[in-house]
Amino acid sequence: MTTTNAPQTQPPRAVRRLGDRLFAGSARGAGVLILLVLAGVAAFLVIDAVPALVAPAREVPGGRGVLPYVGPLLFGTVLAAAIALVVATPLGVAIALFLTHYAPRRLATGLAYVVDLLAAIPSIVYGFWGIVWLAPRLVPFYRWTEAHLGFLPFFAGPASVTGKTMFTAGLVLAVMVLPIITAISREVFAQVPTLHREAALALGATRWEMIRMAVLPYGRSGIIGGAMLGLGRALGETLAIALVLSVSAGTVTFNLISSTNPSTIAANIALQFPESSGIDVNTLIASGLALFLVTLAVNVIARAVVNRRADFSGAN
Amino acid sequence: MSQTTGTLLSPPPVTGGSRRKGRLPRWAAWAVFGTALVLVAGIGLPAGLALALVVLFTGVLGTLALYVLSRVTENRRTATDRLVTCVVVGAFALAMVPLLSLVYEVVSRGIGRLDGEFFNSSLVGVIGEGGGAYHAIFGTLIITGLTALISVPIGLLTAIYLVEYGSGRLKKVITFLVDVMTGIPSIVAGLFAYALFAIFFGPGVRLGIAGAVALSVLMTPVFVRSAEEVLKLVPNELREAAYALGVPKWRTVVKIVLPTAVAGLGTGVTLAVARVIGETAPLLVTVGITNATNLNPFDGRMATLPVYAFYQLTQPGVPPEFAIDRAWTAALLLIALVMALNVVARLISRFFAPTTGR
Repeated sequence: MTTTNAPQTQPPRAVRRLGDRLFAGSARGAGVLILLVLAGVAAFLVIDAVPALVAPAREVPGGRGVLPYVGPLLFGTVLAAAIALVVATPLGVAIALFLTHYAPRRLATGLAYVVDLLAAIPSIVYGFWGIVWLAPRLVPFYRWTEAHLGFLPFFAGPASVTGKTMFTAGLVLAVMVLPIITAISREVFAQVPTLHREAALALGATRWEMIRMAVLPYGRSGIIGGAMLGLGRALGETLAIALVLSVSAGTVTFNLISSTNPSTIAANIALQFPESSGIDVNTLIASGLALFLVTLAVNVIARAVVNRRADFSGAN
Repeated sequence: MSQTTGTLLSPPPVTGGSRRKGRLPRWAAWAVFGTALVLVAGIGLPAGLALALVVLFTGVLGTLALYVLSRVTENRRTATDRLVTCVVVGAFALAMVPLLSLVYEVVSRGIGRLDGEFFNSSLVGVIGEGGGAYHAIFGTLIITGLTALISVPIGLLTAIYLVEYGSGRLKKVITFLVDVMTGIPSIVAGLFAYALFAIFFGPGVRLGIAGAVALSVLMTPVFVRSAEEVLKLVPNELREAAYALGVPKWRTVVKIVLPTAVAGLGTGVTLAVARVIGETAPLLVTVGITNATNLNPFDGRMATLPVYAFYQLTQPGVPPEFAIDRAWTAALLLIALVMALNVVARLISRFFAPTTGR
């Protein structure tokens, strides 16, 4: 009777039935389950970390309590990830620019796929590669830096003869996070409105000036978000570091080219966990909790940055 | 230059004479880099310079020479533009170095033991030569299969909720946290699964199923993201047509939406499996390693390919060379598996994509 004047904004609705309710319920249940798992990860780690936190300091590995045990590991984790980001961010942005604005249109898709292959290679294989290919090739470089740049604390030496140094580990991490930074930057660069770019070119800008004036300002939050996602990956990377870094427990040093390095949290867990029991396991889980909280914070901020851009970009 | 005609018709040069200067011909860049190569190779190679350094120095020298040349014959802005072009292309070339060297190293070191014995035998009673990864290959297949069995239903239902049912706050929270979950370090997922199973089976537990749970924590969010994107691509007209015929919503999803999206979902599953099949860290803490063949994921330690490769390389025993060879072959097999899965994913999306022809 009155249906002809029904408001147009109402979405089409199907009849609610038992099947509908069951299906909708299980779909929502699956979504909630994911939230529960994330909460569960935090809860179980806390539960298993508590015995280490309350134990007498002497019984914790290292003999000085949990914080002095985790501290140097956290330092090593952040240091390796920082090296990776310093190397990978400019490189990743340059590669994204190459793929979106320099490479021939026909080749660009294929070349982008090749860069994505870097992300598909398992991390343990990167570790293998780091040991036999990268580390030995860097040894002469470390000798050179020790001789000529030894006055800087980073290159104080003595230079490692195996090449299994913090700098090598950072470079391996850089290769691993490169595809992440490239992929996110590429996505943003490709979304720069054509009008912005053409306006810059019409004013007589060269290609680089166009990129500097139109592309980079538009893509800034994408670059930041991509770098932070790369940071999250670099912080949690395990096996590659466990293989290429020669560590000595409890070290805190900025010396990047010697063979005494702080380990990282993830690598330390991977190396110690299989032979640990009792309170040692709890201590390792406590360090895992610290890693979880740090990466969680980094990822939350990174996603917020990336999503904020999506809200304002006008591309959708 | 000698511009005599048309000076009245063309606009006067605005930017300090930048237009009066010439432009380098297209072949100039090639010529500059060619000369740089000849120079560096001519001086460097007799002096014992490594080939990689020759390429590196050629790139640096060529870039600088081109910049100076352009600065002299063209103008500052064009010179900067050329400099950036060289840097950007160089960055891409630099990124190819690890990929190519990695593939070369793994293939050349791993191909030697890629024989029948590697696929047919385990490591029971093997000291030194011989032995294989039969137990590890099947362990990886079983655990990855279980992971997919856990992750695909949960991930698919979550994606359906987000696309078809979800609204308001819960949807936003789930979307955001799924994104965040893709960034959980794999070792943390392993610790979570260990802690979960340690409650039921006591400390020191090592089970195949625990590894599958750990990998599911990593795989589910990846699959949710891709499934969500695919379901969003299903045209709304199809849903509306079904509703108009009186089809209940759940049957619309099952009979209309999912079949339309099946190719994309297949691609998503394959890529998500490729993502977790090479994970080492979570399996290291939850499943451990064994030399014997154990194909029961509910009964004690299992061998998996990545963990097998890790222990063969780091604890090779005496003499070490045979175990190290096995480690490289396992790494080669892993890369081959991941690449094959990536290719399969592309083929699925190409051949099973819905025909939209009209």
